[in-house]
Amino acid sequence: MEFKLKIWRQKNASVKGKFENYTLKDVSAEMSFLQMLDYLNQQIIESGGEPVHFEHDCREGICGSCGLYINGRPHGPITHTTTCELHMREFKDHTTIVIEPWRSKAFPVIKDLVVDRSAFEKVIQAGGFVNANTGSTQEANNIPINKKISDRAFDAAVCIGCGACVAACKNSSAMLFVSAKVSQYALMPQGKVEAKERVENMVAKMDEVGFGFCSNTYACEYDCPKGISVEFIAQMNREFFSAKVCKSKK
Amino acid sequence: MIKLDSKIPKGPIADKWSNYKTSLRLVSPANKKKLDIIVVGSGLSGASSASALGELGYNVKVFCFQDSPRRAHSVAAQGGINAAKNYKNDGDSVHRLFYDMIKGGDFRAREANVYRASEVSNYVIDHFTALGVPFARDYGGMLDTRSFGGVQVSRTFYAKGQTGQQCLLGTYSSLSRQIAKGTVKMYERRDMLDVVIIDGKARGIITRNLLTGETERHSAHAVVLATGGYGTVFYLSTLALGSNASAAWAAHKKGALFANPSFIQIHPTSIPVLNDYQSKLTLMSESLRNDGRVWVPKEKDEKRHPNQIPEAERDYYLERRYPAFGNLVPRDVASRAAKERCDAGYGVGDTGLSVYLDFKDAINKQGKKAIEDKYGNLFEMYLKITGINPYEEPMRIYPAGHYTMGGLWVDYNLMTTIPGLYSVGESNFSDHGANRLGASSLMQCSGDGYFILPYTISDYLADEIRTPLIRTDHDEFDKAEKAAKERIDRLMAVNGKQTVTSFHKRLGKILWDHCGMVRTEEGLKKGIEMIDQLEDEFWKEVKVPATAGEYNQELEKAIRVADFFEVGRLMCQDALDRNESCGAHFREEFQTEQGEAKRNDAEYAHVSAYEYTGNRQREILHKEPLVFENVELKERSYK
Repeated sequence: MEFKLKIWRQKNASVKGKFENYTLKDVSAEMSFLQMLDYLNQQIIESGGEPVHFEHDCREGICGSCGLYINGRPHGPITHTTTCELHMREFKDHTTIVIEPWRSKAFPVIKDLVVDRSAFEKVIQAGGFVNANTGSTQEANNIPINKKISDRAFDAAVCIGCGACVAACKNSSAMLFVSAKVSQYALMPQGKVEAKERVENMVAKMDEVGFGFCSNTYACEYDCPKGISVEFIAQMNREFFSAKVCKSKK
Repeated sequence: MIKLDSKIPKGPIADKWSNYKTSLRLVSPANKKKLDIIVVGSGLSGASSASALGELGYNVKVFCFQDSPRRAHSVAAQGGINAAKNYKNDGDSVHRLFYDMIKGGDFRAREANVYRASEVSNYVIDHFTALGVPFARDYGGMLDTRSFGGVQVSRTFYAKGQTGQQCLLGTYSSLSRQIAKGTVKMYERRDMLDVVIIDGKARGIITRNLLTGETERHSAHAVVLATGGYGTVFYLSTLALGSNASAAWAAHKKGALFANPSFIQIHPTSIPVLNDYQSKLTLMSESLRNDGRVWVPKEKDEKRHPNQIPEAERDYYLERRYPAFGNLVPRDVASRAAKERCDAGYGVGDTGLSVYLDFKDAINKQGKKAIEDKYGNLFEMYLKITGINPYEEPMRIYPAGHYTMGGLWVDYNLMTTIPGLYSVGESNFSDHGANRLGASSLMQCSGDGYFILPYTISDYLADEIRTPLIRTDHDEFDKAEKAAKERIDRLMAVNGKQTVTSFHKRLGKILWDHCGMVRTEEGLKKGIEMIDQLEDEFWKEVKVPATAGEYNQELEKAIRVADFFEVGRLMCQDALDRNESCGAHFREEFQTEQGEAKRNDAEYAHVSAYEYTGNRQREILHKEPLVFENVELKERSYK
C-alpha cells in the first residue's frame, strides 16, 4: 500500500505548527497505525530528519496514551477502537491520511502530535476517589452490590482517559469523561456517601480548567473508543441537580 | 564485601509477619511530616506505596515517565487478582495459596515472603472493594471468582478482562486523593537516570525531564523503586513499549544486587507475530484457558481450515499430557508444550509458529452470551488485531515474553542491598520463584505497597528522624548528575546511521533465540558473544536525532536500549550459572525423560544475586540459600 500523509508538525508549544506532507510506500495492510508511523519515523531518522513525536505505550487499547485525530475523527475511522488498535487494512490504498493532535484549549500542544492532558488529572484530584484510608476497610463481602448496578458501574469505569471525548466535541467539553467517574461512584454504595460533594467539586474543577459546556451532540459517545454511554452525562446532571437542591434547602 | 541477610523473622511461618509487624519501630505523626520519601513508578505497586505512605503523613514524591500515573502498565493486566478468601468453599486458605505459589515457582522463592504475600491478599481485596473497584459479582451481590493456571481452587477476583485496569484506577484514585491533599507531589514525564548514595544510604535520584531534557536532582530520606519488569529486553513482548529496566539497572550499578535475572516468564497465550514491523505482542488472558481448549492438528502440515478438522484429528496436547490440570497447567509448562508441538512440525498459521485456542465446546455448552460476559473485551481485542472472529473460529496463539520474576534482590523488609533503597512489585525478585502463577502479580504489587512497605519502611525511618532535609548541593549529587549527563552526551555524539529500534530488535532476537524458552550452555555462550558485538556496534553506529536539551523520544529509547545490552548479558550469565532446569528457566541439558524441567535441589536451591563490577566484567555471584521448612521439595507435577 502507499499513502500520502499530512501530519501536523510543531516543534514546541511556543512556535506555530504546520502540516508537512510525506509519501510512504510499501505499507503492509497488517501494520497497525502506530507501526505505520514507526515505519515513517525510521525513514525520517535514516534520512537525517527529526521523527514525528506521538504518544503511545501499551499498544493494546488500555493505557489511553495514544490519541490522534485521523481524517477528522479522534482515533480514526473505526468505532470503539483506539489509535493503537487501528490497522492499515481499514484504509483505502493510495489515499491521503490527515493526522493531527487533539485540538482543545484545555489540551495545549506540546510537540507535533503530543498534547498536555493534565487538565484531566486536576479534575480527578478534585474528587474522583472514595475517601477510604488503607487498613480502615471492612470485609469485602459485607457490601453486597446488586450485579446489575455493579456491572453498570463497571461500564462507566472502563474509561481510559484518552481525551477523545473532548477532541470530538465542538465545545471541547469533558462531560463524558467526568460523568463516567461521577457515575461509577454514585452508583456504588462505597461512593454514595460523598456523591454530592464529589459531583459539585468535579464539575467546578472541570469548568475552571477550561473545558467547554455540553450541547448534547453525542459526538463524544460516538468517538469514545470504549463506547461509554452519554446516559452517564444524564446521570451526572441528575446528581449535580440533586446536590444543588439539597444544598439550597440547608 | 556484600553479605546477604534476608532478615527473615524467627517463629512459625503463620506467625512471622504478625509478630514481626508489632516489633517494628514507628515514627510519630509529627516526625513523619519531616521525612521525605521518593517513589519511582506509578503502577500498582508504586501508586499503592505512595498513597499508603501519604495517608500516613510522610512527604512523598512520585515519578513516572508517562503523562499521567494512570497509564502505568499494570493497567494492561487482564485476568484477575488472587486472594485466599475461600468464598467458593472449595478448600482454599492462606496456606494453600502459599503452597500453590511455592510449587508454581518451582521451589525457588523464599517461603516467608510468599506466605506473607498470601496472608495480606485478603486485605487487598477488601481495600479495593472499599475504593469502589467494580469487581465481578454474582446475582446475590457477592464477589465472584474464577480459576487460573496451576491451581485447583477458584480464587481469582476479576473485572471482566480488565482487572488490572480497574485495580490500577482504584490505586490511582487513592494516589490522586493524596496529591490533592498535598502529601504526595507528582512528577510526570520523568525518567530516573541514577540513584544518589550519600554515606552508604540512598538519598535521592537524578531524573531527566522528558519535555525539556533538563537533568534534575531530587532528595529524600528513602527511595522506593516500583519500576516494573524488564521483559521489553526481548523487544517483542506483552509489555508497554515504554517499560524499561533503566532505573533498576542504575541501582544495580550503584551496588544493589540483582537476583535471578534469567527467570523470565514466557506467557503461553499471546497473539502470534504477524509481520516484520510488529512492535509488540498482545496478550490474551490466561483466564481464557478456563473455557478455551488448546490443540494442534494430529497431522503435520495440515492445510485445512481449523473448523474443518474433525474432532478425532485434533491433538488436545495439554489435556493429553497433563490430565489432572489439563488446559490450566502453569504458564511455563503451557509455553514449552506449545513450543514443543511447533518445533515438531505441528504448528499452525503461515509461520507454523502458533497453536489453536478453541472456544467451540464452551460456546456450545454455555451459550455465546455467557462467553461474551466473561471474555467479551478479549474477543473484541483479538478481532481488532487479527481480523478473525474468535466466536466463529479458534484463536491462534503463541508464547511471548511477559513477566520478570527476577529483579532487585530485597530482604524481608523489601530493602535492597543499599540501605534506604527499597524495591516493590515486579521490580523486586521476591515472591514468584522461577515461575509466577497467573493473577498473583496484581496481588503482590498491591500487597507490597499497601500492606507491607508502610510497616517496614517506618522501622528504617525511625533512625532518620534527626536527619534534616537532604541537600541536593552535596558532592554526590554533583557527581551523579555529571555522570548521567556525560552518558547522554556520549549517546548523542555517536551520530551513526542506524536507528535505536533496529538495535533493540536485533538484541531481542538474540535473547529470544538464546535465552528464551529453552536454553543450552552453547547457545548462552554464543548469545553473550553476540550481545558484546552488537553493543560495540551500537556505540559506533546508533543515530539519535535532534538534541538532548528538548523533548526527544529517540533519546529516551536510546538510554533504555543501552542498558538492555547489560541486562541481557546478565540474563545469559545467570542462565549459564544455573545448571538445572526450574520453572521458566529450562536448560535442555537438564530434563526428565518426559521432557519436564529437572531441578537440582542439592546444588541450586538458592537465590542467585549478582553484584555489578563494571560493564563486561563477570559479575560476582552471591547465593542466598533457600530453606524449606513448611513444604516438601518434590518434582512439580501437573499430571
